[in-house]
Amino acid sequence: MPTDTHDVAVTVNGTLYRRQVEGRLLLSDFLRHDLLLAGTHVGCEHGVCGACTVLFDGAPVRSCLMFAAQADGHEIMTVEGLAADRNHLHPLQQAMRDCHGLQCGYCTPGILMTMKAYLDETTAPDEAQIREALSGNLCRCTGYQHIVEAMLLAAKRMNGSAA
Amino acid sequence: MSTRSFGAPIRRNEDARLLSGQALFVDDVELPGMLHAAFLRSNVAHARIRTIDVSAARARAGVVAVYTAADLGAYWAPGPLLVPPPPIKGAVFNQRTQVPLAKDKIRHVGEPLAVVLAQSRYLAEDALADIAVDIEPLPAVVDLEAALINPSATVHDDVRDNVAAHVWQGRGNYAAARAKAARVIARRFHYDHGASSPIETRGIVANWDARADQMTIWDTTQAPVFLRNGLAAMLGLGERQVRVIAPFVGGGFGPKIMLFYPEEVVIPWAAKTLNRPVKWIEDRLEHFFATTHERGQTHDAEIALAADGSILGIKDVFLHDTGAYNPYGLTVPINSQCTLLGPYVVPNYDSTFTAVFTNKTTVTPYRGAGRQHGVFVIERLLDIAAHELNIDRAEIRRLNLIPPDAFPYNNEIIYQDFAPLSYDSGNYEPILDKALEMIGYRQFLAEEQPRLRAQGRHVGIGLACYVEGTGIGPYEGAKVQVQANGKVNVATGIGTQGQGHFTVFAQIVADQLGVDVIDVDIVTGDTDQFYWGAGTFASRGAVVAGNAVNEAAKAVRQKILKLAAEHFECAEQDLEIKNGEVSVVGVPGQAVKLGALALKANPMRGAVKPGSEPGLESTQYFGPSGGATASGVHAMIVEVDPQTFTLEVRKYVVVHDCGTVINPLILAGQIHGGVAQGIGNAFYEQLVFDEAGQLLNASLADYLLPTALEVPHMEIAHTVTASPLNPLGIKGAGEAGAIPVGPLFAQAIEDALGLLEKKVELNEIPLSPNRLFELTAKLR
Repeated sequence: MPTDTHDVAVTVNGTLYRRQVEGRLLLSDFLRHDLLLAGTHVGCEHGVCGACTVLFDGAPVRSCLMFAAQADGHEIMTVEGLAADRNHLHPLQQAMRDCHGLQCGYCTPGILMTMKAYLDETTAPDEAQIREALSGNLCRCTGYQHIVEAMLLAAKRMNGSAA
Repeated sequence: MSTRSFGAPIRRNEDARLLSGQALFVDDVELPGMLHAAFLRSNVAHARIRTIDVSAARARAGVVAVYTAADLGAYWAPGPLLVPPPPIKGAVFNQRTQVPLAKDKIRHVGEPLAVVLAQSRYLAEDALADIAVDIEPLPAVVDLEAALINPSATVHDDVRDNVAAHVWQGRGNYAAARAKAARVIARRFHYDHGASSPIETRGIVANWDARADQMTIWDTTQAPVFLRNGLAAMLGLGERQVRVIAPFVGGGFGPKIMLFYPEEVVIPWAAKTLNRPVKWIEDRLEHFFATTHERGQTHDAEIALAADGSILGIKDVFLHDTGAYNPYGLTVPINSQCTLLGPYVVPNYDSTFTAVFTNKTTVTPYRGAGRQHGVFVIERLLDIAAHELNIDRAEIRRLNLIPPDAFPYNNEIIYQDFAPLSYDSGNYEPILDKALEMIGYRQFLAEEQPRLRAQGRHVGIGLACYVEGTGIGPYEGAKVQVQANGKVNVATGIGTQGQGHFTVFAQIVADQLGVDVIDVDIVTGDTDQFYWGAGTFASRGAVVAGNAVNEAAKAVRQKILKLAAEHFECAEQDLEIKNGEVSVVGVPGQAVKLGALALKANPMRGAVKPGSEPGLESTQYFGPSGGATASGVHAMIVEVDPQTFTLEVRKYVVVHDCGTVINPLILAGQIHGGVAQGIGNAFYEQLVFDEAGQLLNASLADYLLPTALEVPHMEIAHTVTASPLNPLGIKGAGEAGAIPVGPLFAQAIEDALGLLEKKVELNEIPLSPNRLFELTAKLR
């Protein structure tokens, strides 16, 4: 049975949650099963596939490699925080739809969060830079080509230079 | 709708849900009182079980139950044979199927021995450590040849020679053809496929509702209808008491059509026994052992050629690793045997295979499903033949292509769907020409390669041809219904794992019923929404279910026109359906919305006429008489670093013919993803087993899926040869991208390093930097 519990107060997508968690509870499980924010997906639980990527104080992290207790006092953004609802997509999401950048959609939340952090910093990346930035996220369906096209399009749109 | 949506690059209906994190996957199902399962799995490949003591695990706080095979009682039984052997004369098939929990014997690492049900997955996994297993280890059967010739052990005690199957097929007279040949080339080839590794692993949630006498199961399956039928029978329930939902599924690629996995048998039983919802989600480590693979074959093949390079005949004898069990019958090796013939005229063929039981995870189809292995053999034989006969690699292929006037072309052997291997239609030479033009074949060989070689660069070119039997039966069905809100609902029995069914089926319906694509709602993979069906496999969803959707939409269109003609008191031919309403041509203002007609078709008063049905609804089925054969050519220019043997793919082109195209954007995605998996198979992914049957690289850090840096930009072009076997003229496209990549890599790397001139051939897949270093050792 739980040998240690921790009180955590964590802000996710702008909402403050207070919970008591077991020390070993993974942040990914906490988000998915305690907070019922199931948009964050788990693919490997060893930090390779990137599907569980969330923004932790603005930086992309693999939520399967962190404990929920480590999130105490921090701010997290998940895929649910990108857009108000499915009829008002974030430019990244819209570009993914326009370019057919997803198939089964399972890796997609992690890719969106990784690339959000990247495009927030890099406003006019080229294809090689996009591929480098994407290379920590595995996708088994798309062969990446349409994702790369989507990110180039999103960068343009977010930079206001084209559409 | 004034423009046809069929054939247009329509954006997907399903994307908004997936992009906003609101699509339901199996692990998202949360039910009150739900228990969580963890399986104790064997850590040895082969052993007899003496005892399994679960008493300490049962006593652990938070644990509700622990079961072994003994606890399953009469429920314990080997799984069914999913695909019986095709009716091939003389075929030997020894059926040995997987069991829910190992009872007397362990046959591969990862085979489940016990299951713990606890209040959380964390607690369930804690309790696994409490279980004491006493076993008698046995030597593992790992190597295929040793398994047959000098077996260290037998995987199944009553199959003394480890032979799972033995099959001969052929046509003509190979010996006579060989006697006339100007050249005979014989080689040994080894082709190893791998693990499909969808980013979502498998999972299942079962909920037994005792008050309603209903079982609901959410499962990451590609075949929900078969799963429902089988589980109903096992659980002693009627099919109508079991509802299987395959919600959004995070990639399938074949292994998710395998059933019944042990977990699929155990979890619903536990839910019913305990009267509690139960969830099990496979972790990545489990996935490497517990989800089926598609692994290796060793081919001893020879080709008999005339002096001009014409194929006189091919003889092939191969071994196929089927793993510990063979529930999927002969599908994979039969595909290898059939697809080896490719787009070529092979007048004499003599092919024998032996499927071998080993102490490894069971082998079932994974994207390509054995076709890769056959394509590798024929393409490599042609490359070596071209070199030895001093013929251009493209020209030896062109010389042997089946001519366009030879279709339907019968290869006279039996395919996986039990029908003769007959190609319905095709026109292969324009595909080859287009690929050569796009890759710049002549210019590369004449100018670019010599120029770069003079600079000390190691660049090479390759091309590979293939055919793919797609769209096989038996059938699929669809129900199309116009709803009162004017939207159209479509239900079909297949499951979806990212193929864009929510969009391509909507495109078909939109054109028939004059509505916008976004106003067509598709339901897949819910057995309560559509009762009948087979599943999503063998590149058949768009072909078989797509045509069923089209037939049902056509029938609803007739109902709409009939009812509207009565409404307007006019002839049906005076009506047009467009923008969600029916109007009388040339009479402004005379229009009725489809939703209003749907209400009218289901009146509250009055009488529905005898012989008619309420509603604007139709259910139709489609079963093709045979598979539709797609074809294509891939070509690639690669640069190899001669020190590190790392690769840079400088150009990659795919020219593909899958008949009529429904949505070119979605089709391109299917091809891209297939090529990426092909590249993984060719150069990065390898399941490495030791002599004890232990998988040594069971993590995504060690089993390397290609990233955005390994998969190049691809250029895609299409030719269209419609299939005569279905009204829409479609051929399947799901697997094509993955099939010819192995031989393409081998050929292009050989060319880049000039290996054939140095008498080094790359006759195995996967390759890797390490393996290239080893294979070229004699050159240093």
